[in-house]
Amino acid sequence: MSTYEAGQYDVIVIGAGHAGVEAAYAAASRGAKTLMLTMNLDMIAFMPCNPSIGGPAKGIVVREVDALGGLMGKVIDKTYIQMRMLNTAKGPAVRALRAQADKPLYIQEMKKMLEQAPNLTLRQGMVEKLVIEDGKCQGVITETKALYRAKSVIITTGTFMRGRVIIGDISYESGPNNQRASVKLAENLEELGFELVRFKTGTPPRVINHSIDYSKTEIQPGDENPQHFSYETTEAITDQIPCWLTYTNENTHGIINDNLGLSAMYSGMIKGTGPRYCPSIEDKIVRFHDKPRHQIFLEPEGRNTEEVYVQGLSTSLPEYVQREILRSIPGLEEAEIMRAGYAIEYDAVVPTQLWPTLEVKNVEGIFTAGQINGTSGYEEAAGQGIMAGINAAAKALNKETLILDRSQAYIGVLIDDLVTKGTNEPYRLLTSRAEYRLLLRHDNADLRLTDIGYKLGLIPEERYNKFEEKKRLIEEEKNRLQEVRLKPTEQLQTLLEEIGSTRLKDGILAFDLLKRPEVTYRLIDKVCPADKELAADVKEQIEIQIKYQGYIAKSNQQVEKMKKMENKLIPDNIDYDAITGIATEAREKLKKVRPLSVAQASRIAGVNPADVSILLVYIEQGNVAKVSNE
Amino acid sequence: MEKDTIAAISTPIGEGAIAIVRLSGEEAVKIVNPLFDGKDLATVDSHTIHYGKLIDPNTNEMVEEVMVTVMRGPRTFTKEDVIEINCHGGLASVNRLLELVLSRGARLAEPGEFTKRAFLNGRIDLSQAEAVMDLIRAKTDKAMNIALKQLDGKLSKLVQQLRQSLIETVAHVEVNIDYPEYDDVEQMSHQLLREKTVEVHQEVERLLSMARQGKILREGIATAIIGRPNVGKSSLLNALVHETKAIVTDIPGTTRDVIEEYVNIRGIPLRLVDTAGIRETEDIVEKIGVERSRQALKESDLILLVLNYGEELSEGDRQLFEAVNGLEFIVIVNKTDLPQALDLEEVKQLAGNQKVITTALIEDKGLDQLEEAIVATFFAGDIDAGDLTYVSNVRHIQLLQQTMQALEDAKEAIDADMPIDLVQIDVTRAWELLGEIVGDTVQDSLIDQLFSQFCLGK
Repeated sequence: MSTYEAGQYDVIVIGAGHAGVEAAYAAASRGAKTLMLTMNLDMIAFMPCNPSIGGPAKGIVVREVDALGGLMGKVIDKTYIQMRMLNTAKGPAVRALRAQADKPLYIQEMKKMLEQAPNLTLRQGMVEKLVIEDGKCQGVITETKALYRAKSVIITTGTFMRGRVIIGDISYESGPNNQRASVKLAENLEELGFELVRFKTGTPPRVINHSIDYSKTEIQPGDENPQHFSYETTEAITDQIPCWLTYTNENTHGIINDNLGLSAMYSGMIKGTGPRYCPSIEDKIVRFHDKPRHQIFLEPEGRNTEEVYVQGLSTSLPEYVQREILRSIPGLEEAEIMRAGYAIEYDAVVPTQLWPTLEVKNVEGIFTAGQINGTSGYEEAAGQGIMAGINAAAKALNKETLILDRSQAYIGVLIDDLVTKGTNEPYRLLTSRAEYRLLLRHDNADLRLTDIGYKLGLIPEERYNKFEEKKRLIEEEKNRLQEVRLKPTEQLQTLLEEIGSTRLKDGILAFDLLKRPEVTYRLIDKVCPADKELAADVKEQIEIQIKYQGYIAKSNQQVEKMKKMENKLIPDNIDYDAITGIATEAREKLKKVRPLSVAQASRIAGVNPADVSILLVYIEQGNVAKVSNE
Repeated sequence: MEKDTIAAISTPIGEGAIAIVRLSGEEAVKIVNPLFDGKDLATVDSHTIHYGKLIDPNTNEMVEEVMVTVMRGPRTFTKEDVIEINCHGGLASVNRLLELVLSRGARLAEPGEFTKRAFLNGRIDLSQAEAVMDLIRAKTDKAMNIALKQLDGKLSKLVQQLRQSLIETVAHVEVNIDYPEYDDVEQMSHQLLREKTVEVHQEVERLLSMARQGKILREGIATAIIGRPNVGKSSLLNALVHETKAIVTDIPGTTRDVIEEYVNIRGIPLRLVDTAGIRETEDIVEKIGVERSRQALKESDLILLVLNYGEELSEGDRQLFEAVNGLEFIVIVNKTDLPQALDLEEVKQLAGNQKVITTALIEDKGLDQLEEAIVATFFAGDIDAGDLTYVSNVRHIQLLQQTMQALEDAKEAIDADMPIDLVQIDVTRAWELLGEIVGDTVQDSLIDQLFSQFCLGK
């Protein structure tokens, strides 16, 4: 095979999905000469499944990506058709933003931002082979025989690797939405010794807007005063478009039960493991057969399209059965399918093969990010993408790498889970996966990560100055509230009674008054306002930090404990076979995962506290040995 | 993790003349000092030993007479501050000391942890490292085996049930958070969460009280028999022992032999202790006035107060009632074979809510009722000791106590109207702690529960 020299880069990104775009943009922002290769330049950041971004945990990841200078938040803020803050009735830790996306517009906007980014080249081409010499990555070769050289390559091929679409008993090789599958690259990875696993996911049918009778459904409007993902967004989109809610019924379930044998899921055609959190409609009927109805959300795919996504009806039943199902649902009796739902099977990389930097352990310079690592969801992909971009650039340019820990970001939780525990189904972030979720809030993503982003060169000076100012205002106001003593005046007592709070017996610090669950900063504004009107996000931050101080302190204590173990690093050249006393299962796991710290080791399933103790002693012995040799 | 203060019994388990509870860590002095009635341990010289009393701060009662050694780091085995509390040998007293320091913030040491710290702090040299690792492995395995053996099937099942109940609740909260639009379940309300929390709290409380019962089963109910001379204390003793060990006469004060005897009452061991009045010939009524005797009574789990049916209630009897006021006692009106002289109504009044049993021990009458009364005092309903679920392992008890604390925190947060996802932190903590008892803390099981309990989409 004769190739031609097509160019020399620092970082090459294979794929332009939600992981790929963040990876390429972050690498380029760090100053790496970056090439992004995609098989179709019109499908950059395409959303093959639901037209929405955010939600619990996921929405916080979008904020984190933004705090590190990423794109997802900015682009969705410019293109949403609806924005909602979820969980507003619950605590601050679990509030989350979710947007309905305008799919075509999202693609356009993302492409524009990438095209305008310095250091970044976009090119259409399908990568078939990685060039590896001496266990180190040298570059890639495309289908058209172009050889691009680079020290770092990030693979973000999503569900394309040996993708296979299945609808009823029909099955064909394909990426999502009938794009080409990537077969040769999968074979190449196998040759290189990658351990692959077969996963499955699916998507529901889309119907045309004017065939829906919305009068039989419930409206789901957006928020009146939409908040945004990006800390840079200043303008809201005012003309939001609603979604609609309807339900399946006994008829629907009857049709599904009658045709269960035709579902690829149940006929045995699908071998891959599907996600439990996003079950197909046939799965829902089988596993929860006593449920009389299931929710179906009708979500527009954009402003300039008539396509409507039928959320909740993911299926691999034959197309004609899909039509029957739709027509049994109120509002969809006349629905016309534009695209049928399908299941897709694909190869994923077993993520325990990766370092926490997302670099592959057995080949230097190769990084993987996104759905290829066994995750699902645009946000999970974006979170990994930006980290892979940061670290691939670090590798190429000899700069410092970045690993976020579990107390810093959902992104840290996500990557640590993947590389430490692996996953046996497509992995989705949930708030319950984060043990410090009170610290990983929507409202403080900037406070957690902007400094890091700035130091890595991902946050522009101007934005950083604004951020510093915000931090200063928060601290100043918190200090002020510590000093203002409120007297039990009649005005204050009345205000307290109005919000259902108890009257004061004595004077109280404004700070302490704000600790009462029912007292908000609005009351402070009324009785002892700050000299200068503070921004809403500053007030929110002050309120949360004061009100939940006790819980936050508790979480911080736990983090401190973890950090001690996190700081006990395991030497790279450790020989687990030489350690006496470690249980066999633990030894095997440790050899495979090769944890960087004792804390990471302790999170591996099958490594028990005795093994951790022994590991600690062994490491300390190494340190003692070093000292005595010197 | 490495810096907290650990504690353990460092003498072999079993009866010995003395036993030692050892603490190591920054807080060692801070933990013991408030418990110690003696010199201020914070100011005494290092490597000195001090006599004093150990006081339970909850009840302000003395637990033990002890000798406390203070050794400040780094000149100690672990190079940390070390406190050693020497107390009388005997499982019960040393366990009580351990529980006390654990309740004040010390953590129960892992097997081999003192040695491990000694090593990590550079006290033990390199050549010993491997020995340390072997020790950890061996001790951990052994401790685990022991703990698992102690964890009987019923207890383990009960803990699992509590965990299941908690995890269902937590999953319910989680599903509200992660799938806010999922309409199949109502939002978990504060009230519902409170109910669930209280439910589990009660169960844990019951387990802990059964742990006390378990202790009784192992160590016996310390029982004192008191009464004026010649009311039938020795007959009672004999009847309980089912063999004549004490000399029974009708001459007051003729009981000479001191008998500390274990007797088995329907599977429950009774340890008959310090049966003042049987032991000595002096008048018990005079004796009762003595503080030392009152102390002896207080140390008993149960007092059998014997009266004579054939005699009127005397001043001495009334003093006895005063002496046992607030303690667990059973009144035995003996000698019903004699003509009645005792005012039973008055006796019942004096007994308050404690039981009154009538016996004619000389004719073997009433012993059954007495035995029933004893069992009922300590165990509700019929008890088959072999069937009783109880917690005996100190580690398990500590975990149960921490579970209670977590559940109490949750209740407090609910009452303070904290958001439900914050309350949930403490509920999850309770679930994790119970998991440590049965050796199961895998975080992923919450996620498994989530997806098996609810049909989730968006």
